[in-house]
Amino acid sequence: MNRAVPQRRSGFSFLLTDRGGQILLSVLLVLIIAVPVLNLWVPESSPFHVPTFVVSLLGKYLAFALLALSVDLIWGFAGILSLGHGAFFALGGYAMGMHLMREIGDRGVYGNPILPDFMVFLNWKELPWYWFGFDMFWFAMLMVVVVPGALAFLFGWLAFRSRVTGVYLSIITQALTFALMLAFFRNDMGFGGNNGLTDFKDVLGFNLQSDATRVGLFVATALLLALSYALCRLIVTSRLGSVLVAIRDAESRTRFLGYRVEHYQLFVFTVSAALAGIAGALYVPQVGIINPSEFTPANSIEIVIWVAIGGRGTLYGAVLGAVIVNFAKTYLTGAFPDIWLYFLGAMFVLVTIFLPKGLVGTLPAFPSLSRKSAAKPRHVSPGARPVRQAAPGE
Amino acid sequence: MAMVQATMRPLGEVDNDSILYLDGVSVSFDGFKALNNLSFVVDPGELRAIIGPNGAGKTTMMDVVTGKTRPDEGRVEFNGGIDLTKLDEARIANLGIGRKFQKPTVFEFHTVFRNLELALKGYRGVLDSLLFRRGDDQQARIEEVLETIALTRAADMEAGSLSHGQKQWLEIGMLLMQDPELLLVDEPAAGMTDAETEQTAVLLKRIAGRRSVVVVEHDMEFVKALDCRVTVLHEGSVLAEGSLERVQADEQVVEVYLGR
Repeated sequence: MNRAVPQRRSGFSFLLTDRGGQILLSVLLVLIIAVPVLNLWVPESSPFHVPTFVVSLLGKYLAFALLALSVDLIWGFAGILSLGHGAFFALGGYAMGMHLMREIGDRGVYGNPILPDFMVFLNWKELPWYWFGFDMFWFAMLMVVVVPGALAFLFGWLAFRSRVTGVYLSIITQALTFALMLAFFRNDMGFGGNNGLTDFKDVLGFNLQSDATRVGLFVATALLLALSYALCRLIVTSRLGSVLVAIRDAESRTRFLGYRVEHYQLFVFTVSAALAGIAGALYVPQVGIINPSEFTPANSIEIVIWVAIGGRGTLYGAVLGAVIVNFAKTYLTGAFPDIWLYFLGAMFVLVTIFLPKGLVGTLPAFPSLSRKSAAKPRHVSPGARPVRQAAPGE
Repeated sequence: MAMVQATMRPLGEVDNDSILYLDGVSVSFDGFKALNNLSFVVDPGELRAIIGPNGAGKTTMMDVVTGKTRPDEGRVEFNGGIDLTKLDEARIANLGIGRKFQKPTVFEFHTVFRNLELALKGYRGVLDSLLFRRGDDQQARIEEVLETIALTRAADMEAGSLSHGQKQWLEIGMLLMQDPELLLVDEPAAGMTDAETEQTAVLLKRIAGRRSVVVVEHDMEFVKALDCRVTVLHEGSVLAEGSLERVQADEQVVEVYLGR
């Protein structure tokens, strides 16, 4: 038969079959090596020295990139548009923040060895039950993944089982993050209310203010971003990923082929929420605070904009979008603090109109996009495609 | 209206030889009776055409059999007694009932090959899917079906770039990959050229025999080419059943449908 038989998967080929992903992983590897060297070992007087605030800024961008990756996994591949992913990010952040609060110990303003300052201030006498265990790093790290994952599982189980999809799902995810925001604003929830959790001192015994710790957090973020990318790539290149795309494009066809669509949606939604939680946990020690404003519905919408600008359904595009938009945000909120949001809106509108595939969809450096994996959505309506004449072959 | 059941096989006891058995099935939407005491039986290996004017209940009948719509009353049984009215789409599909939609529905962003691979019998669980590796048997099976639906040369093309007729065939091919015992095919010849229509009839006749095939169709030329038993639906119930010549000669059928 004169036809190329589609390649079977073997080993780690799933990582190496797309250019964008290779570039992403290479860049992360360079950063993991270069940033510590340029910050810790190149003297401050040198023009190559990378100041610590830049290291943390980069770390923050990469945490956002991981968050964008988690949104692209469900939106780009399964067609689930979550407008509440900021909630999972914030929950992961709170889990990390709770650990960092416990690690302060008796060095707080009130010197209470058990209770965080805000609880002493509220006249609480003992630690609420849900704070137990957070003094242990491993437990807190487990909760970083389990709490957002469990919430996503419960929420997704109810929503997908009832076949709530599309815009209705988007709206209730907004309601979810809004409800959590209101809850976390309350002082008697036990999460520091309005002020959230802050004044962290150490992580695993390392001073959070030291250059070495900051560099360590950056490296951890870059590593986890690379690993998460690999996990997402493993998922989307497997048959499971093909089923997700099938659900995205023709849900009822998939159902009538015998797939339990809701199981697939639930699986990928839960994985995505857990990744968002990890992103939040990496973000909090680098910015030094977590408060309920992270639950703001607008934050969740912003994540979707990062993904759309970078290029939906490519994974690496989401990373690129998050970094570019947040870099622009850092600059523009400094230079034009009042009109930053107009820039964001303009960026979104322009990309939607002129670059419907996002930035990566238009770069000439990715010629493989049109042939390789069918898992990449192209925003071209089927009607616009060249229609081939039937080839009667019998 | 008067039920004409003269041409039908006697219904009563569950017919354990039948592949599909509908007895007294009624469905109404907001007071409109889409199916009204519908009864008919399909034998194993049989090719059956179902015709009828718009709104006769053809698509609703398929929805009921495949679990999309629950009947208000009546029995729907598969393969000698499996009650389909309690099961959902995925369960019914995995029992061995494949369905082709009226509008050809394939996974446009997947290649033709991948479309067939996704339809491959088994591996429906999330974990199965994650760990799936295509074996030689499966490769051979996909290639066999590609051959059957005349899309071997298009295997690496995205399904979205196929012609309308090719999409229809691909969808039929996907049903074959499921290895079903019963295929429900909704208007397979719609939008096809004459040559394609002819080939589709040949294809469906070849499939029947080993499997049962129920074809809903408007195109009388196509039904003629199928050369099989015909059931005429009207206002949600069976109006007549028999060979095409016979139902075409039936006065009531002429009145409600063919004569118009």
